[in-house]
Amino acid sequence: MYQQRTAQPISETATSKKTFVDVNRDEDDDWLPKELQKPPNQCQLTEQELDEEFTRILNANNPLAPQNIARYNFKEKTFKCSPNVDHLVVHLDISGYLTFKNDVEEKPIKPVQDENNATETEEKATNTEGNSEENKNTETTTEQGTSTEGNPENAEQPPAPAPAPVPEQEQDDNNAANNSKNPFNFSERALQTFNNLSRETSTNTEPPPKNTFSDTVTQWAIFDEYVKDLAQKEKANKEKAKPAFGAKNKGDDHTFELPVENHVEDVYYRDPELKMSIRKIERMTNQNTHDEITQDFKYWDDVADEVKGLKNSNARLLPLWKFVYKKEKKKHVTALCWNPCLSDFFVVGYGSYNFSKQGPGLIACFTLKNPSYPEFVYNTNSGVMCLDFYEKTPSLIAVGMYDGTVAVYDLARKSELPLYKSSTKTGKHTDPVWEVKWQKDDLYEHPNFFSISSDGKIIQWTLLKNELKKMDIIILRSDKELSIKTEDPKKIETENEDENIRALIEKENNEDVAFDYASGSCFDFNLQDDNVFVVGTEEGNIFKCSTSYNKQYLMTYEGHQMAIYCTKYNKFHPRIFLSASADWTIKLWDHDYDKPIITFDLNSPVSSIEWSPYSSTIFAAVTNEGKVYIFELNEKKYEPVCEQQIVKKAKLTHIRFNKYEPILLVGDDKGNIYSLKLPPSLRKHSKEPRDEMQKLEKIILITSGRMPQNN
Amino acid sequence: MEVSESTSNLAEGKGEKTSESTDPRKNFNYPLVKYCDMLDEMKLEVVDLVVTALERHQGNYEGAAKSVKETMDKKYGNSWHSVVGEGFGFEITHEVKNLLYMFFGGNIGVLLWKAL
Repeated sequence: MYQQRTAQPISETATSKKTFVDVNRDEDDDWLPKELQKPPNQCQLTEQELDEEFTRILNANNPLAPQNIARYNFKEKTFKCSPNVDHLVVHLDISGYLTFKNDVEEKPIKPVQDENNATETEEKATNTEGNSEENKNTETTTEQGTSTEGNPENAEQPPAPAPAPVPEQEQDDNNAANNSKNPFNFSERALQTFNNLSRETSTNTEPPPKNTFSDTVTQWAIFDEYVKDLAQKEKANKEKAKPAFGAKNKGDDHTFELPVENHVEDVYYRDPELKMSIRKIERMTNQNTHDEITQDFKYWDDVADEVKGLKNSNARLLPLWKFVYKKEKKKHVTALCWNPCLSDFFVVGYGSYNFSKQGPGLIACFTLKNPSYPEFVYNTNSGVMCLDFYEKTPSLIAVGMYDGTVAVYDLARKSELPLYKSSTKTGKHTDPVWEVKWQKDDLYEHPNFFSISSDGKIIQWTLLKNELKKMDIIILRSDKELSIKTEDPKKIETENEDENIRALIEKENNEDVAFDYASGSCFDFNLQDDNVFVVGTEEGNIFKCSTSYNKQYLMTYEGHQMAIYCTKYNKFHPRIFLSASADWTIKLWDHDYDKPIITFDLNSPVSSIEWSPYSSTIFAAVTNEGKVYIFELNEKKYEPVCEQQIVKKAKLTHIRFNKYEPILLVGDDKGNIYSLKLPPSLRKHSKEPRDEMQKLEKIILITSGRMPQNN
Repeated sequence: MEVSESTSNLAEGKGEKTSESTDPRKNFNYPLVKYCDMLDEMKLEVVDLVVTALERHQGNYEGAAKSVKETMDKKYGNSWHSVVGEGFGFEITHEVKNLLYMFFGGNIGVLLWKAL
């Protein structure tokens, strides 16, 4: 926009304005001298000239704008001269932030408004100065320009800045100012959170259960199958007069069912690990149920017993566990034997002493840790009569049975069958085997044991690799002439031997020799001399024999009137042995003399005796009355120190001391086994075995009144 | 997958046999299930299906096997195998409860199983 005017007046007005300003300032600053300063080339006008009026016209035409713009009119397809020429020229363009006061959108905040006011007042002040019309004009023209903006005919002009951004920006500022208390320090903060790492997981589903199946299809197989099926159907039809179809289907279902699940259970039970843990749990429950007994076994001792001593009072046995194998309640306990290695393990033989009531026998192995059920059970065809553990291999048990057979069972084997068994073919006893005893291995280190039977034979059995070798050791005869009555056994060997043998051969030639057999019922080997053993017979005689002489006795002891049930050598003294008999007595013998040293009368048949394994003077006996007697020769020579009724209405059949613990085992004829704890007074023993022997020797010498022999 | 097998008729001596007065094979014209571990309901259905297929494709074992296999695939899902023949041996691995081994008509063996 150009002002059309001459150059001179402009400069005049400019100078005049300057002078005004100067004057004003001078008026304010009093201390300055009041002096008008004039440019030197200022023209000097007269009053007249000053009052002269000049008329000037200002218009808004652009003098440089072209007057003859021709444009192509597409409508009329000719060039046309456009009448309207744009006179707008923009020299400076600054976008401001001023807003209209009465704009509806605007809510100017206070400081901004103040600013606005200030500028407006300033403007007003300048306006009121009055002498710059041009200023006012320019202002109005700019306002006009902005208002006329958007006119399509101003195409040539660069588009004026849009007014829109101004209020927008302002609005933003306003909002920011409104929202934050401090508009100056305001800053936006943003944070990027971590993105979780992506992970892949995968699983395998279990494949469906599968099975393999194989067969061969042949014509004959098909034929056979049909024939079989038809036969089956016929059978079914005969049984049930029903239409074939339904029956057939039923039959089919039956035959082709797979009994898979039943087998699975069995497999579990066969698993050795599971078996083991079940056994453990069984023992634990047993320990719980028998807790009191276990405590008694471990800790309880009769205090009274200690104080009073044996002389004044009757020692008492403390009953502990009772062992019953429920299936065998009607059988007699015919044998008892502790395991030589395990202190808690013993084997029981079941059978019958009753001649008319014989049946199958049983061997059951119990442990003290589980009184309710045996660890091992073996069934035998005939009643078990006797048992013995092999000391070197404590899993081997020699068994003698009622039918005369002997067998060897191995607990380590899983089989129910015996390792060895004698038969009529290999040779066996013809009568019940009453006692079996392992002996030392022979020269070739074959294990061997001896057995005695009512048929009068004592047989040695040797365990070879795959057979049981039999060797007759002695045939007992009741013929007393055969036995040597001389008190010096050496004589036999020298003088009488030949005569005896001659007599024997003569006897054997006789036909009635068969009725001459003495039936043996028990035997026991000497402690020192492996060859020597004493044999008890059903006739009441006791013979001392040697494995070296199979036809003669070393000595005969007569004293018992009835069958001998048990003979036992003392465990410390090599010459002393005991015999228990049905004639109610126990006799103590020195095997060099044919008269008993002491006789104990128990008022009932004595079925079993046993020396204690730790003291030479203590032995125990059981009677048919159901009583247990314990003798301590060191304390009382003729009376028992303990006499205790264990069972009523039952006979006790066997008694055994435990080698390691103060426990007695007693079996009765109803299939029960009782364990008893010995009182402390019956557990005393010397440290040296020799002392024990001397202790007994002394007692015997005093009793028999004989002079001591050199041993 | 398709497994099928057919063998030509066995010995010619058969003809003579049939002429005998008491021919047991006259009574053999029913399905005889030799071994089957399917559920009862399924078994009945499948036996029925096999019998129909064999009767429709008489003498054409391949066709019978194919038809049985395809029907089974549709009904009980994929991977069924079927063998029809007069003589063959086999050892197969099958999904449990999906095996049928049966005879039909006195001379045809049918094996039908679902593979894994």
